[in-house]
This record gives sequence, C-alpha cells and structure tokens, in this order.
Amino acid sequence: MSFFRMQGSFIDNLPKIYGFYTGGFVIFIGLMALAEKAGMSADTIGILFVAFTIVIYALIGWLSRTMQLDAYYVAGRQVPPVFNGMATAADWMSGASFVAMAGGIYLGGHSYLAFVVGWTGGYVLVATLMAPYLRKFGCYTVPDFIGTRYGGNLARFCAVVVLVVASFTYVTAQINATGTIASRALGIPFGVGVWFGLAGILICSMLGGMRAVTWTQVAQYIVLIIAYLVPVIWMSNKQGFGVIPQLVYGDAVAKIGQLEIMHQVGVLKPLAATLAEVPKGAGAALVNKHAVAAEGPIAAWRFITLTACMMLGTASLPHILMRYFTTPSVRAARMSVAWSLMFIFLLYFTAPALATFTKLQVLDPSLATSIIGKPIAEVMQLPWIQKWSAVNFLAIVDGNKDGILQINEFFMRGDIVVLATPEIAGLPYVVSGLVAAGGMAAAMSTADGLLLAIANALSHDLYYKMIDPKADVRHRLIVARVLLVVIGAAGAFVASLRLTGILGAVAWAFCFAMSGLFFPLVLGVWWKRANRAGAIAGMIVGFVAGSWYLYMVYAGGMKPWWGMDHLRFGMVGATASLVAMVVVSLLTPAPDKETQDMVDEIRIPKGETYLSATH
Amino acid sequence: MAADSSQKEIHWQRTRSLMIVHLVIWFVFSYLIHWFAPQLNKISFMHFPLGFYMAAQGSLVVFVVQLFVFAKQQEKVDRECGMAEEE
Repeated sequence: MSFFRMQGSFIDNLPKIYGFYTGGFVIFIGLMALAEKAGMSADTIGILFVAFTIVIYALIGWLSRTMQLDAYYVAGRQVPPVFNGMATAADWMSGASFVAMAGGIYLGGHSYLAFVVGWTGGYVLVATLMAPYLRKFGCYTVPDFIGTRYGGNLARFCAVVVLVVASFTYVTAQINATGTIASRALGIPFGVGVWFGLAGILICSMLGGMRAVTWTQVAQYIVLIIAYLVPVIWMSNKQGFGVIPQLVYGDAVAKIGQLEIMHQVGVLKPLAATLAEVPKGAGAALVNKHAVAAEGPIAAWRFITLTACMMLGTASLPHILMRYFTTPSVRAARMSVAWSLMFIFLLYFTAPALATFTKLQVLDPSLATSIIGKPIAEVMQLPWIQKWSAVNFLAIVDGNKDGILQINEFFMRGDIVVLATPEIAGLPYVVSGLVAAGGMAAAMSTADGLLLAIANALSHDLYYKMIDPKADVRHRLIVARVLLVVIGAAGAFVASLRLTGILGAVAWAFCFAMSGLFFPLVLGVWWKRANRAGAIAGMIVGFVAGSWYLYMVYAGGMKPWWGMDHLRFGMVGATASLVAMVVVSLLTPAPDKETQDMVDEIRIPKGETYLSATH
Repeated sequence: MAADSSQKEIHWQRTRSLMIVHLVIWFVFSYLIHWFAPQLNKISFMHFPLGFYMAAQGSLVVFVVQLFVFAKQQEKVDRECGMAEEE
C-alpha cells in the first residue's frame, strides 16, 4: 500500500483512504455528468461506469494479495468494526436486495415486507447467539467450528455439504445478476456477460482471499449505497417530499390508498385472454394493495413464517458468519454486527420509499409521469415504455379494447422499479449509469463472499483437515485458489443455463442453511449437553426433511402444510433438525470433559482464541 | 480457581438473561406486532398506517438500536465479571 504515502499503518489510515476513494468516486460521477452535457452517448456512460468501478476493485484485489494463512482466511483478524460492518453490508446485500426488493414491494405490497423484516432482524440472532462466540473460538470457516466442537470428520463433512448446497444455490443467482447487468451496460450477450462478471468477481478474491474481499467489499458498499440513495433522494426532492424521503412518505402511502380504489387495484384482475398476449417474463399486473395487510390467521402466519425463514437463514449463512471472524476482538465482533445492520438499514428502509414513489408516479393522474388511465397510444410514446417493452421487461395489452390503459392491462417485472426509476422520473442518464454500477457492486460483493465461503470450506475443512493434514501453507493456499476458480466456473455455467429467477434461489439458500446449520451452531454454544451424534442427526435430518418438503411442494404436487410454500421449506427442515438433535443428544452419552471445557472457554471473551492463530 | 469458576458462572447467567431479554424484544418486533398488522393499520403514525410502517421501518429501527444497546450492555457484563478482553 506504499503508493498512498501515508504515515502509520494501513489500518490506521482506513478512514482517510476510503474518504479519498469516496471523493474520487463523486468526482467521477461529476465528470460523467459533464460528459453527458457535452454529448457523450448513454451507452458510453454506462460502459465507463461499470468499467471504472471494476478496475478499482481489481486494483484493490491486487494490492491485497497475500501468501499468509490468516490473511487469506480471516483478513489477519484486524478489520475494525465499522469497516467490517460496511463489508458485511455489501456481502449481505445481493443483486436481489439491490435490484429486486423495491420491485417486490411495488408488486407485492405489505406481504413482501416480510423479506425486509426478516433480512434485518436476523442480525439480532447473529449478535446475541453466534458471532461473538464463533469469534472467540477462532475458526477459519463455519464447518471448522462444527468439526471441532462436536469432533470427528463426519460432523465436519455434513456441515461442509450443507454450506456448499446453500451457498451454491445463492451464488448462481448472483452470477446471473452480474451477467444481466454486464450484458445490459456493456451491450454484450448474456452468456458472455456471465463469464465477464465471473472474471471481475475472481479478480477481487483470488489473490488475497478474505483480505482482498474485505477491502473490495468496503469499496463496493460505498458505490452501491450512493447508487441506491441518489436517485431516490433526487426523485423525492423533485416531487416535493424533501431530502429525507424515508420519513415523510406517509402521505404518499395514503394517496396510493385512494388511487387504488379509483383504479380498482385488486378488483380488476387481468383477463385470461389478456394474459395469453403477455410475453413470457414480462412480469405481472398490479393486483396487491400497497399498505393493506391481508386479514386472517393464514395470511399472518405466512408473513411471520417467511420472516422466520429469512431470519434463521441469516444466522446460518456461512458467508455472513465468517465476516465476524475477521474482527480484532470479541467485543469488536459484537459492535461490528450492530454496524452491519446500520449500513444494511440505510438501503432497506429506502426500498419501501422507492416503491411508494414509483407507484405514485405511475398511478397519480395529477403527475405528468402517470400512465394508468391514459390513452394507450399516448403511453406507448414514452421512451422508457418503449425501451423496456423492447426487452420484454414490461408489456401493455389492451384487454377490453377501449384504448385506455387500465391497471389490469399494464404488466411489468419488479426489477424495473430500481433499474428504470431514473428514466421514469426523467433524471439524466448519468444516474442510470450509476445505478448499473451499484447493482454490479451489490451482486459482485455477495458473489465474492459466497465463492470464498465455499472454496474455503472445501480447501480448509475437506482438503486440509480430512484429506491431507500434512499439507504446507503454500500448498493449502494454492488448493484454495484453484477451488475458487473451479467453483466460480461451475456457478457461471449453471447461471448461464438460466434455471431460476433471482429471488426464488435466494430464498431457497436461506432455507437450506437454516435447515442444516442453525440448531447445530446455536446449541453448540448454548447447550453443553449437545454432542456429536445429536449434531450429525440434526444436520442430516434437518437437511433431508427440508429438501424433501421442497421437492414435494415445488415439484411433487403435495399440498403445502398450513400455507407454507416452497419459499418457507426451512420451517419444516429446522423443526426436524431441532427435534432430531435434542432427542439423539439425550439418548447418547454427554460430551467429554474436554469438550465441555471448550464450550466454557468460548463463552467468555477474555483470553486467547480456542484454536491457534494458524491452524 | 474456585472464585474464578463461580465468577464464570455469574458471568454466564447474566449473559444468558441479557440474551433472553433481547430475544423477547426481537420476538415482539419480528412476529407479534406483524401478526396484528391489519388492526394496527387502522392507527395513523407520522401519517403512515402503523402496520405498514412497522414492517417498512419501525421494526428495523428497533433492531438497529437494540444491537448497539446490546453490545454496550454485554461489554458491561464482561467488564464487571472480569471476563473482558485486555486492551
């Protein structure tokens, strides 16, 4: 890091370095705005935004290269809580959070907010039940904890399997998102975009492992949060809602409530004949009310089970937990969880505001931007309608042939809410370029964390701990990198097949993780009596029961139990896991004294980590 | 040694009660209030329907504040029981 010419260590200078970086990025945005005024084309601006940010990440990745074990696996355990918080936030907020969340709220209304509550509240579990204890333990990976706490290769192996399945499900969705954004911004085919995105992801992680991923994720967080907040604040200011729109959109929610009655949202459903004319993938018509919560116990049960799945999944996903292995102390790990949630909150409490403003723009006849209730011929003239219907992201079908656009004749994909907001609100193209860079940052940072979690578990737990315990450091780090490339390539290959939508796969990853890992992790710290047989039973039974239920509900034609569909299969898996783990633990002998002492040891912050610094 | 192990026991008891308190708060704001969202929506808060507000913002604010408070409280427990890390 010598070219920065600073006094003191790199860590001491972090605020300064990222301050310069943020300033530099803002200047870059300004330059692009000037270039746009000078007549640079929209396409060129998009390319420059994506290319410029990826070059910066690659540079950070190169500067952070390392051949040391603890730097590669846990960033040398010296990441300050605030910066680890930013890195975790970027690690956490995926392409789905960035691109799909606001759109989900737009289309789903209140019921979709279960994701918002679930993806934030999970951090309470991380902070109170897991992160500080795993930090004290001193493991490199999550299976490392399971393997040492319960002992034996079988327990470790089960944890590796659950980790790989959950993370791989998730990472294909992320690589898919980088491919989509890259292909759009750079004007290349999707198949090429996927491999291009993968190359960008690997540059950030391959040479420096966790250390490189940490410092690029901080940089990516700064880009993605600027990219998310700028258009919303700009748009709200334009509409007269001020510069902190998140606090004052209550009136807009009320207005939408009235407009929904006027436009008959939820009453007018798309006709079968209309639906037949909508191109595949062009999304849905608005049929859910914005703020109205569905009545009745089944609806409430569906809301809280989805929330529960996302929360328990959060607390079991290895790529998140391993971020807290990188802090300098147990205390710092706890503070860092709080900072993570703070940085995540900034985006998550903005998404519902964005969904509300966009909906108002579309529905409110007193605004120039509105389209519902207007003549279809007029609406078809709008540039953003033309642009996004050309790629089948939206569709207009005049079902009742009256020439006027009704609510059940306008179909769109949720992703548009974030991607097209700048255009709907008539903001300059530089904002669209910024949004593309932000989406890329969000998807890349999550993909990096996930790939590293998988590759580290395979290289540390499977290769080093189980196959070749005599391997030297050099060998281990080479294996780790080869695995990273192989898994990345496998992910890109699966992504290029386009099997699932972004969000389906994301929710599944949470359910897989909670089915197999939540209770073995929690009880490993909080229940001394938990033993090897119990943990193995918990992981296998939970994972198998969850997968079975997913298969039966999704493909097997089984009627979901109490309305728990395929997005909520973790409820079944985690319950089975808890029962199996407790019953089997109690039926088999208690763990030996050494194990019980280990649990005592990790419960207090004082003293050395249980595992040595390089193990 | 005996004093140390009883100290450890007190530390763990206090840690456990703190965890339970925070999980109760978490339970209320994660599940309980959202169960009653239709009823809460009849109440207006800062011009928002309250049920919508809690899911879009209110619960999130509680979680963020709660985690900073939790970190401080747990630090205090560690220090008072002599179980904190050395600087």
